[in-house]
Amino acid sequence: MEGLKRVPVREQAPKVRAANFEEVCLGYNQEEAVEEAKRCLQCKKPLCVQGCPVAIDIPGFIGKVVEGDFAAAYQILSDSSSLPAVCGRVCPQESQCEGKCIRGKKGDPVSIGKLERFVADWAKENGIKPKKADKQNGKKVAVIGSGPAGLSCAGDLAKWGYDVTIFEALHEPGGVLTYGIPEFRLPKDAVVKPEVENVKSLGVKLETDVIIGKSVTIDELLDEEGFSAVFVGSGAGLPMFMGIPGENANGVFSANEYLTRSNLMKARLDDYATPMPVSKKAVIVGGGNVAMDAARTALRLGAESHIVYRRSEAELPARAEEVHHAKEEGVIFDLLTNPVEILTDDKGWVRGIRCIRMELGEPDASGRRRPVAIEGSEFEIEADAVIMSLGTSPNPLISSTTAGLDVNKRKCIVAEAETGKTSKEGVYAGGDAVTGAATVILAMEAGRAGAKGIHEFLSK
Amino acid sequence: MFKILRAEHLAENIVLMDVEAKRVAKACQPGQFIIVRLDEKGERIPLTIADYDREKGTVTIVFQPIGASTYQFANLKAGDSFMDFVGPLGRPSELTTDDLEEVKKKKILFVAGGVGTAPVYPQVKWLHEHGIDADVIVGAKTKSLIIMEDMMKEVAGNLYVTTDDGSYGRSGMVTKVIEDLVAEGKQYDLCVAIGPMIMMKFCCLTTKKLGIPTIVSMNPIMVDGTGMCGACRLTVGDEVKFACVDGPEFDGHKINFDEAMKRQAMYKTEEGRALLKFQEGDTHHGGCGHCGGDK
Ligand SMILES: Cc1cc2nc3c(=O)[nH]c(=O)nc-3n(C[C@H](O)[C@H](O)[C@H](O)COP(=O)(O)OP(=O)(O)OC[C@H]3O[C@@H](n4cnc5c(N)ncnc54)[C@H](O)[C@@H]3O)c2cc1C
Ligand SMILES: Cc1cc2nc3c(=O)[nH]c(=O)nc-3n(C[C@H](O)[C@H](O)[C@H](O)COP(=O)(O)OP(=O)(O)OC[C@H]3O[C@@H](n4cnc5c(N)ncnc54)[C@H](O)[C@@H]3O)c2cc1C
Ligand code: SF4
Ligand code: SF4
Ligand code: FES
Repeated sequence: MEGLKRVPVREQAPKVRAANFEEVCLGYNQEEAVEEAKRCLQCKKPLCVQGCPVAIDIPGFIGKVVEGDFAAAYQILSDSSSLPAVCGRVCPQESQCEGKCIRGKKGDPVSIGKLERFVADWAKENGIKPKKADKQNGKKVAVIGSGPAGLSCAGDLAKWGYDVTIFEALHEPGGVLTYGIPEFRLPKDAVVKPEVENVKSLGVKLETDVIIGKSVTIDELLDEEGFSAVFVGSGAGLPMFMGIPGENANGVFSANEYLTRSNLMKARLDDYATPMPVSKKAVIVGGGNVAMDAARTALRLGAESHIVYRRSEAELPARAEEVHHAKEEGVIFDLLTNPVEILTDDKGWVRGIRCIRMELGEPDASGRRRPVAIEGSEFEIEADAVIMSLGTSPNPLISSTTAGLDVNKRKCIVAEAETGKTSKEGVYAGGDAVTGAATVILAMEAGRAGAKGIHEFLSK
Repeated sequence: MFKILRAEHLAENIVLMDVEAKRVAKACQPGQFIIVRLDEKGERIPLTIADYDREKGTVTIVFQPIGASTYQFANLKAGDSFMDFVGPLGRPSELTTDDLEEVKKKKILFVAGGVGTAPVYPQVKWLHEHGIDADVIVGAKTKSLIIMEDMMKEVAGNLYVTTDDGSYGRSGMVTKVIEDLVAEGKQYDLCVAIGPMIMMKFCCLTTKKLGIPTIVSMNPIMVDGTGMCGACRLTVGDEVKFACVDGPEFDGHKINFDEAMKRQAMYKTEEGRALLKFQEGDTHHGGCGHCGGDK
């Protein structure tokens, strides 16, 4: 039958890209996009839309691509998403929109993400910018954090005429989009910076190098600096470690540190001052997107790169595309393996990692089969770098310095999903700071919900 | 951009700067630090707050050029700017946050080693302004490396200056002075030691023997300074702490200094290379006299 296969997307060849930081996926060109768009059946009850956390009118925008009216397609995307160029690249589509697409029942689902990316890139190349508010309403709102949650909240509020200032702790805006997700998946100059510039072009002010809770508190913003409301989009940036012996050895990093050095500080480039660990063999502990990013970064920096994960391939939480790309590039997967100790040499450097083999037992509370250690199966893997990618939790800096802001036992800020409203009057929150580490699209959506909540609050 | 209003060479290898940074100046407390970055390609360098002027909106930093970045800083003059200057980071010294009446009851000894004199100063000054006179030992290798002596004299109870080579003040390392003072009949309830890690380690060994609780200010390698990377982790007792958010001040008797010193040397060879590149690529006019960044 015709149309079972998706139009293949051009990618850098695995061998070539494993040695550079250029974007892996080159995206569709116009003809390819139109051809792929034609595979969409324009379902009356589109299942794909149910799979998208922000319910983008998927058949709507794809229909416009078929017509070649990319500007109209971009308008439709913009109605539901403020970061389509990002989400088209990093959304876990296989478990969201594309996972539900009817085409996927028999053959490949429509490449919704790649089409979204094509339209967003087209809009950028053709200079389409979001529209500035006609009138300012004079009300000041502070947004904490410039990740997807903060950027989308600020963008919406500015479009409605608010005077918005984003406060960012780091020296560059973008949150995880800048410091975490590597260049080869999400180019900074071509994709992230223009998104930030778009938000600024709406009149949003950006103050970097300001740590809320340290440089200034939320109460001071509200009481002394004239802000009428605050949105907290501070993410979930605290890295976890395993607590095994040897973890403080030289050469053991959190994925956050490793990726921050490479992405934010550009340590991988010779003319930047921050040093980057050089390693021959790196072991990355974990199986999520973050682990894949660290493994593929280590590989590009010249290391033999191993993923050590305690469950099996089916349970890898990373996006399927990332696992696939990592394998193609030569990342080695040591599955059903769990580290028990990091081995060091007499100078305090990592020389290896002692692991134990695991097998899958009964399903646990999450429904996934619980890994159990196989007694007596310990063995050593040689390594001169170990990168811990075990997840992150929200930083308590803000909650601990803001009286009346409730958090749950995981240190996540408690906020209503539809409005971002917290326990403190005038303070709204969303994104990873509320949910714990999640996804770009959910953070973006939470930012927009927070903007709505603030708008209602200040319109009363 | 954060403008440098004053840049002074305090000693042959120690530089003081006043930097305009209104938010930091307004919020900072003794014991805290900032992170500074020179330009687009610069690294994030943590430095302790050595003084601040809330009215003028300035923060004072004092640093020792030891690697490529700090050498570059040392070449800056009043009127130049840093691209980034963020803070205050870390927790204030507990002396300034604990109940003042309790603090007043204590006999406190500060021990400053080399450039560590700078971070000691605001704490001693704060105590002085709150009616507490603390004793201070300032030590350096040799006379020309003693800094901030007059400033310190104004705020300290007793000031004891010492040099390793005996070229000025008492003679011998700071640890010897601690022992001497106690032998001379001085009693202390608390010691605060700030300086190179090796000096803090030996101070702690000494004060442990003498039974004096001791606070140290740790200076591990850092990246973000906000708790996001874990580069600054230390073992304190049987816990792992992040110096940038849980510290930088800790109970010195609980710190695993040997681990901390190994971690601090992690980039030694690489940084040595960066320093060489910087020095060869630029006319080096820091006037430091010794270019062994790898010391
Ligand atoms: C390596 C990596 C790969 C990922 N890959 C994917 C992927 O492929 N697909 C996907 O959907 N998701 C992915 N994620 C998850 C996704 O990036 C996050 O869920 C999303 O960025 C959360 O957005 P946010 O705006 O809530 O927070 P963040 O993006 O974390 O932004 C928070 C911002 O707030 C700032 N901040 C924090 N505290 C303060 C303070 N006190 N004062 C001022 N500013 C502060 C931080 O510096 C940061 O810039 C990945 C995450 C990582 C780390
Ligand atoms: C909280 C904190 C407060 C600090 N306060 C001060 C201060 O007030 N004045 C001051 O002069 N310095 C201070 N430091 C140390 C200062 O940050 C380092 O000297 C600086 O990072 C060195 O940078 P560089 O690029 O010039 O040298 P690099 O080239 O990075 O390093 C040169 C040599 O120093 C070692 N080194 C690297 N990082 C550090 C470090 N953090 N401490 C000591 N040695 C290091 C390296 O192993 C290398 O051998 C502080 C550090 C911290 C974490
Ligand atoms: S936002 Fe994400 S889930 Fe929604 S349509 Fe786009 S790629 Fe799919
Ligand atoms: S489910 Fe698939 S085929 Fe149907 S509208 Fe959505 S993308 Fe098109
Ligand atoms: S410097 Fe990154 S966590 Fe402390």
